[in-house]
Amino acid sequence: MKSLRSILLPMGASVLAIIIGGILVAALGYNPVTVYGSLISGAFGSGINIGNTITASLPLIIVGLGIAISFQSGLFNIGADGQYWIGATAAVWFGYHFNSLPGWLHMILCIVAGMIAGALWAGIIPGLTKAYVGSHEVITTMMMSYIGILLARYLIEGGPMQQKGFNPQSPEIAQNTQFPYFTQGLMQSQLSLVAVAIAIIAVIVVWFLLYKTTLGYQLRTVGLNQRAARYAGINVKLFTVVALCLSGMFAGLAGAVQMLGVDHRLLDGFSSNYGYTAIVVSLLARNNPIGVIIAGLFFGALTTGGQNMQMVSNVPAALTDVLTGLIIFFVACERIIPQVIGWYRRRRTLKSTSAA
Amino acid sequence: MEIVDLKKWFPGVKANDGVNLTLRGGEVHAILGENGAGKSTLMKMIYGLLEPTSGEIRFMGKAVHFRSPREAIHAGIGMVHQHFMLIPALTVAENVVLGDEPGRIKFDRKEAQKRVRELSEKYRLAIDPSAKVADLSVGLQQRVEILKAFYRKAKLIILDEPTALLTPQETRELFSIIRGLKAEGVPVLFISHKLDEVLEISDRVTVMRAGKTVETVETKGATPQTLANLMVGREVVLRVEKSDAHPGEPILQVHDLHVRDFGRMERVKGVNLELRRGEILGLAGIDGNGQFELADAIAGLLKPEQGQIIFDGDDITRWSPAERTERGIAYVPQDRQLDGLVLSFNLVENTILRDFRKRPFAKNGVIDRTAATNYTERLIREFDVRPPDASRKASELSGGNQQKVILAREVSRDPLMLIAAQPTRGLDVGAIEGIHRQLVRLRDEGKGVLLVSLELEEILSLSDRIAVIHDGRIVDIVPGAQATREQIGLLMTGSRGHSEVSMS
Repeated sequence: MKSLRSILLPMGASVLAIIIGGILVAALGYNPVTVYGSLISGAFGSGINIGNTITASLPLIIVGLGIAISFQSGLFNIGADGQYWIGATAAVWFGYHFNSLPGWLHMILCIVAGMIAGALWAGIIPGLTKAYVGSHEVITTMMMSYIGILLARYLIEGGPMQQKGFNPQSPEIAQNTQFPYFTQGLMQSQLSLVAVAIAIIAVIVVWFLLYKTTLGYQLRTVGLNQRAARYAGINVKLFTVVALCLSGMFAGLAGAVQMLGVDHRLLDGFSSNYGYTAIVVSLLARNNPIGVIIAGLFFGALTTGGQNMQMVSNVPAALTDVLTGLIIFFVACERIIPQVIGWYRRRRTLKSTSAA
Repeated sequence: MEIVDLKKWFPGVKANDGVNLTLRGGEVHAILGENGAGKSTLMKMIYGLLEPTSGEIRFMGKAVHFRSPREAIHAGIGMVHQHFMLIPALTVAENVVLGDEPGRIKFDRKEAQKRVRELSEKYRLAIDPSAKVADLSVGLQQRVEILKAFYRKAKLIILDEPTALLTPQETRELFSIIRGLKAEGVPVLFISHKLDEVLEISDRVTVMRAGKTVETVETKGATPQTLANLMVGREVVLRVEKSDAHPGEPILQVHDLHVRDFGRMERVKGVNLELRRGEILGLAGIDGNGQFELADAIAGLLKPEQGQIIFDGDDITRWSPAERTERGIAYVPQDRQLDGLVLSFNLVENTILRDFRKRPFAKNGVIDRTAATNYTERLIREFDVRPPDASRKASELSGGNQQKVILAREVSRDPLMLIAAQPTRGLDVGAIEGIHRQLVRLRDEGKGVLLVSLELEEILSLSDRIAVIHDGRIVDIVPGAQATREQIGLLMTGSRGHSEVSMS
């Protein structure tokens, strides 16, 4: 019954958010049915749209896994966006160097580079300062996130990674490091099955790590009760660093996969916000790796559907941001809802007893 | 006050299922029952926090239906909660008059102090009305709560587990206050699960079990044994049955140990101690005198500033907690919910908390759920943990069963030594009996047991030797068989009296 509730409550929160979003749309003078219709058809209406949705959800899923690890370890990694871009930058740099390597090895090198870069970005300064001097990881990961994004921007705007003679952008990564698309249809959605496979493997790895290994057991113990963790003989400082490293590692992996699978180079912009949306993904999934898939697809669908909605029904795509906000609100309310139900029941029993 | 066939049913639970009680004027009436017997539900109904499902409360001859504590207070019911509801930053007088302050617009501080002083004189509750509550001891804070009740013209005082946080001395003082109230004709309802206190202070005792009042008896004719049997519903072994100790080699030696707590306060100030195999060494002391920091330091959770800890021939002073666990130190920490368990883990995950790295629970870093579950189910059977369901979260268990899980885990690791800090805190008679038996069994198997407890009775009935700690130092170590309550109580205050200092 408990597990059923843990699925129903986030779903209920999403449904409520959609209903209130609909009322909002109607109040603005649009027809909610056409608006949501365009959103849904934009997300799932054709093979290409479904492909776009999956493409949009992959980075959310992979970053979301990293966030889930940090949340389960009792840490708030708010800076996954910076870790994502640092991972992406490292992957791109390795992607246009070492071109003499065989393709598969070069690909693995890029991915590993992205993972290590993300891990170090989260682990070294936020991790070590949290463990040894107690600085709060919300502040440090956030600050490091800005530094990471600005560093990446510098590198392609006049820095060593800028492609000469172009707008701010890096050189393209070697052809043989780019994930193959296999079919024409998948290419239109920029959806590579390699990236899908990596995301699925990542989900399985994180699930196994958290629930089946002593490493995950120690992370969760530290996350739930630090004093009991010390009592259990767990090195809390070490696992604080490990948790942030792992969390950043998946953000970095997401950056690498996005570069190898979709972007193929660093472009000016850096406004993906994957790191922030992934926090909501993880929250909605209750930090469960399997749930992250569903929540990630949901937000991927909101993104692609939102663009279509704007084109078809003229409702600004920002409405999807409103929906996101409402979902966060209702997920956060999830603790309040059972209380409201309890309060209502009490009132009713009181009434019936005083009537009797 | 009279309570007739009062019932309170929650969905699926009959918290109170037929409570009958008559409180006469000027008597001290105790309500005795195990945890979960329905005492607090009854209190909440009397105090207007819960509405009864059926039945009636009569107060001063009239049937009453309180819908809120405000109405109950107004009718003259005074409640002193186990956890005080005071504002530390305010003075005694300000706390007492809070909610009904003298003065029209401006608060009349002088008048408040005067009224509080009059009350404290009338009921012989000596206290300085201008003192800040934050500066008061727990015992004095309780007096403030009692004064608060009288300020609101209470005609009846309910004391909910009033001695839970008090030292033996403060308990004495509380009892003389209660006797004073009785002399004034104020009826007192005294709720407790401690037999000796109930026997000492009350005129009549009503025993509750499983939501029902079992019987009301005159205290004069009652014995601890009869009350315990009524409470638990079966024969209880009250005195710990144990044979003589056969102490062997020393298992633990502590030399000149100094320990600071997390707030950098020096709590242990040069302790020397020796524990032998096959003995229970009781560490008695008033809370806050360094006993728990000493236990933490031996278990490795606090790093000593100075000194040495020798365990079974090894100098373990610099060892990590994990290494000490591995070497054979078991530890039942003082706070079972904060230290001993991860409340949102299930029983399997909690059972392997100390040994999750080792076979059979883990191989190559992967946890073997089947082995862990089988082991947990075995412990649940052996230690009679209820409900017997390994997939339950620790938070879903009662305090007694949580403690059983911790004890089962620690004892079944086959340790050389067990440090048990407050192993029976807040538990009822039936559960205490089982835990005491386990401690004696460990001792008889030749293990060393260090029992750290604030309950003098527990120390006296279990220990082969008693070490008394005061202000971070061992005041004296006395043989358990000859020790008296008064002697230990005196030592706990730090005065050595004329007994010899025998530090081993």
